[in-house]
Amino acid sequence: MTQEKKKKDSILNLLKYAGKYKWPLIFCPMVMIGEVAMETYIPKLIQRLIDEAIPNSAQSGEMSQVLICGGLMIAMALISMGFGMAGSYLGAKGGMGFGRNLRQALFEKIQRFSFKNIDKFSTASLVTRITTDVNQTQNTLIMLVRMAFRSPIMFLMSLFYAWQMNPSLTSILFVAVPLLALGIVIIMRSAFPRFQIMMKKYDILNREVQENLIAIRVVKAFVRSAFEKKKFGDAADEVTNAQRSAEKVVLWNGPLMQILMYGCIVSVLWFGGQQIIRGEMGVGALLTFITYITQILMALMMLSFLFVGIVLSRASISRILEVLNEEPDIANPESAATHVKDGEIEFDHVGFSYAGDKDNLVLQDINLHIKAGETIGLIGATGSAKTSLVSLIPRLYDVTTGTLKVGGRDVREYDIHALRDQVAMVLQKNVLFSGSIKENLRWGDENATDEEITAACQAAAADEFVRSFPGGYETDLGQGGVNVSGGQKQRLCIARALLKKPRIMILDDATSAVDTATDSRIREALRSQMPDTTKIIIAQRITSVMDADRVVVLDNGKIADVGTHDELMARCDIYRDVYLSQQKGVA
Amino acid sequence: MPPHGPMRAPAKPKNAKGTFRRLVSYLAPHKGKLLLVAGCILISTAASATGTYLLKDVVNSYISPLIGQAAPDLTPFANFLILMMGMYLAGAVSTLVYNRLMMLVSTGTLNRMRKDMFLHMEDLPIRYFDQRTHGEIMSRYTNDTDTMREFLSQSFPQAVSSFCSVLFSFCYMVSLNIWLTLLVIVLMPVIFSITKVVGKKSGANFVAQQKAVGELNGFVEETIEGQRVVQVFCHEQKSIAAFEQKNENVRVAGTRANIFASILGPIMNNLGHVNYVIIALVGAIMIINGYTNTGVLISFLTFTRQFSMPISNLAQQMNVIMMALAGAERIFELLDEPVEADGGYVTLVRAKKDEQGNIVECKERTGMWAWKHPHKADGTVTYTEWKGDVVFEDVTFGYVPEKIVLHNISLYARPGEKIAFVGSTGAGKTTITNLINRFYDIQGGKIRYDGINIEKIKKDDLRRSLGMVLQDTHLFTGTVKENIRYGRLDATDEDIVKAAKIANADFFISHLPNGYDTMLTGDGANLSQGQRQLLAIARAAVADPPVLILDEATSSIDTRTEALIEKGMDELMKGRTVFVIAHRLSTVRNSQAIMVLENGVIIERGNHEQLLAQKGKYYQLYTGMFELS
Repeated sequence: MTQEKKKKDSILNLLKYAGKYKWPLIFCPMVMIGEVAMETYIPKLIQRLIDEAIPNSAQSGEMSQVLICGGLMIAMALISMGFGMAGSYLGAKGGMGFGRNLRQALFEKIQRFSFKNIDKFSTASLVTRITTDVNQTQNTLIMLVRMAFRSPIMFLMSLFYAWQMNPSLTSILFVAVPLLALGIVIIMRSAFPRFQIMMKKYDILNREVQENLIAIRVVKAFVRSAFEKKKFGDAADEVTNAQRSAEKVVLWNGPLMQILMYGCIVSVLWFGGQQIIRGEMGVGALLTFITYITQILMALMMLSFLFVGIVLSRASISRILEVLNEEPDIANPESAATHVKDGEIEFDHVGFSYAGDKDNLVLQDINLHIKAGETIGLIGATGSAKTSLVSLIPRLYDVTTGTLKVGGRDVREYDIHALRDQVAMVLQKNVLFSGSIKENLRWGDENATDEEITAACQAAAADEFVRSFPGGYETDLGQGGVNVSGGQKQRLCIARALLKKPRIMILDDATSAVDTATDSRIREALRSQMPDTTKIIIAQRITSVMDADRVVVLDNGKIADVGTHDELMARCDIYRDVYLSQQKGVA
Repeated sequence: MPPHGPMRAPAKPKNAKGTFRRLVSYLAPHKGKLLLVAGCILISTAASATGTYLLKDVVNSYISPLIGQAAPDLTPFANFLILMMGMYLAGAVSTLVYNRLMMLVSTGTLNRMRKDMFLHMEDLPIRYFDQRTHGEIMSRYTNDTDTMREFLSQSFPQAVSSFCSVLFSFCYMVSLNIWLTLLVIVLMPVIFSITKVVGKKSGANFVAQQKAVGELNGFVEETIEGQRVVQVFCHEQKSIAAFEQKNENVRVAGTRANIFASILGPIMNNLGHVNYVIIALVGAIMIINGYTNTGVLISFLTFTRQFSMPISNLAQQMNVIMMALAGAERIFELLDEPVEADGGYVTLVRAKKDEQGNIVECKERTGMWAWKHPHKADGTVTYTEWKGDVVFEDVTFGYVPEKIVLHNISLYARPGEKIAFVGSTGAGKTTITNLINRFYDIQGGKIRYDGINIEKIKKDDLRRSLGMVLQDTHLFTGTVKENIRYGRLDATDEDIVKAAKIANADFFISHLPNGYDTMLTGDGANLSQGQRQLLAIARAAVADPPVLILDEATSSIDTRTEALIEKGMDELMKGRTVFVIAHRLSTVRNSQAIMVLENGVIIERGNHEQLLAQKGKYYQLYTGMFELS
């Protein structure tokens, strides 16, 4: 990683998302400083209690000194507790608030993504970024505001008090601190690459489990469980070995700290003891001094943890920034048109590539004029770019070359929402959401009346089966619409699109799981109920498109032919081939 | 630091005691190491406690007497310090040893636990996987083992060491002054009750946080999964509003949980100070009244600090321990799931015919296989030639007993015949094929394979004898070649190319960047759905079984390509018993028998011509359109 890149992935770049939660984040370190001030002063009080108050009261037989000293110490302890609790409160409030804002910003950014942006990130990776990565970052920030000032100040104040008590003994730290720092650096440096290897092995192990879960039927059908068990066993052993090799290094931390601490204690006893003998120091001071040395080393250790935390969170931060810095590649034009006149569509020398690469076009030189209210069938082999072609109409992607007009205007001149409200698209990979059937249908029109919903379902041949459910239109669909079959799902998706009452309706292989009789009923309903709506139907089966006004045959990203069923049968080889392959055996 | 998946499970174990006992039994093989760990922890904490105790001696015996001497003899002092350092070193070395041993124990235990889980999981019936989401099972390998790791490598040794420290400090305190010790004990319940209250709050808030996080994660997964639909319907603002509400819930619950989790530290620390002062006061009164002396009180006070710190530490470990037990409970739950029962004893063996024409078992490849059927009653063994004859007799089946999905299915498939199932989604086509290979067991009736009730056949042998191309194609991370070889592990490279040619996959494979050695990742994400199906067909072709089950094997392959592979498919099906479920009627037309299923009942059967002549449902489907799904 270059220096610049490291800097970019710093958590500081995300702090602007704290918003109104910046105040707790600013106050938290302050109260932590207050806590440290008390915490480092208390050993001095202890010293006074032991060295002066108790022996004095033992001699004089009166308690006032002990009471004063003890009272002061209780007061400071309570104040420290107050500060500590305030620190917990502020850190949690600020950190969690920051996490909330960051999550919100990510989600809103993703909502603004174009299809192209979404293609770039996989669904799973976007989910991880919003959940795990934000949590990781938020926890790092909480640790940071609680510790980043606390530890160094603890270090400095303890050092100051120690030096104030006995400057010459403090020099022991000149040996101990560099040794500890050196030890920590060596341990971390050697541990990091090992942990990285371990993470990779973990990924492999998890992938192994995941694949077996997805493909359990394949494993069982081919009787490969012994094979899979062996594979998993090897992966598990590799994880264990990697884990051991990493932890083996890290576990030196504890003994290193112990040895240095004990070394310091014995040195203080030796040198301090001689100073006592020479009458240069009191006995109580010796014990207090030891307390300070312990606090100094502890503070250093905490700092190293903090450092590790920051480094570990860097990967998460970089993944979050990747999303936040991604520019939605389709933006609303200024002074956008909000009215789509009609469902006329015109492709004028349109070329398209997902990567925007003019030399490697998925769609080439498409010229096609579709009149408002026309029904167009679209047919072609897998990979002939049928879906790509229709995706351009609601501007899910931008054309790479040429122009595409809807209602007489370039699609890039419309307000995106206005355009998409008029172009209803039933996607090939369609989804329903958890919630009732009615709630899902209202995606099409949130103000739809019950009558309109029923009418749309009747047109989509869905009303009948919806009514057969015990809950009717209130039936809960479950996550991803798991409670309906594939064909039922497709029909609900069509009904949902119908409710938009669009000027253009695109069905992308939307009835593949619907039986042919129902399919033709749906097409008939579309024709009679939406005469002014332009209808584009992509299908595998010829029966779905043969009664269209015109059929477009796509071949390898080019229009091979356009015409009615009869015309194409007469002159288009590809069309005839497809027809015959589906016709075989018909007497 | 393993990756963290979304957390979902509640933190509390249902049966903490039983789970703990079982966990202990899991650690049993490491008994020796754990004893050594306990010993080392003992030495390490003893060194630290004794060190504190000796501070008094250093001051009283080696420093104070020398005060004011002009030429003090420092040798005894130095010797004592060397002794002390030796003891400290022993402590540090013990720490290193027990850390290391514990690391071996924890990684070893986790390794065994993971393997046990996976080995067990592989043997679970399909039904288990139907009833759970992948995430749910996955979290046992990620979250739950993570908390176990934290527990074994940190919380467990820390708890033991804290306990030992308390014990040692207590002993020294008693030896110093029993009355002051009693005072400490009297003060303990205050600390405990505060810990308990905060701990309870913390636990409850933690559960609330998990719930809020779970809801948010579910929403995020669903919305992003359907992001394209969200955009097509201009639903962005509404999604954002719904997200904001769930996000706010997470913030509120998370803030509370975090406050209570971190507040315990400062409370316990400072209560320790208060405790300290109370003892100092009482001690001072005792000194004044002549019950003790200054030196003892000072030492005692040092121990007071050493006593309260590990106790607050123990309190903080309790949360982790509870979480680990909850995780262990879920892991054990998986291990307790009953495995796929297999009462079969008929096996599939290589065979040949001897001179008399009897079938005998043999080692060499003969191309002939036989069912080896041992008879328990008289100890004899009979062999039946493997032909691929499948008969359903009045079969009834439901995924749940109350809801029968297949009613009285009877059918037969003679060796070499092609049997097709036709019907709409949910009619029960896939279910029938899942019964032949015993993914599910039938509730009524019988299925016979070469005349043998399939319940008598060992499941592995039964499945090995059936080739399946499933509706959802799944590939594994590995090369194309490895994926095809999945069908038969000892297939040569030539076998693989031959199979790929049959499936018409050879053409596209040779255009991949590394041909047959191209790596496939993420369930073959770099291939189109159609290409993946071709690979699945090749995989079944290389297995070369006498019975083939093709469940929508060509649904994603366009009709022109399908026409191209038709020859290969015909070759693949030649001489085999084939069950085919297809989307397109053209695929099933030349079957010997076609079963039309509706709502789990065979409503029509016969060959293409017979069914057309019947003028029933099949006729309607066929003439109305050319296809059906």
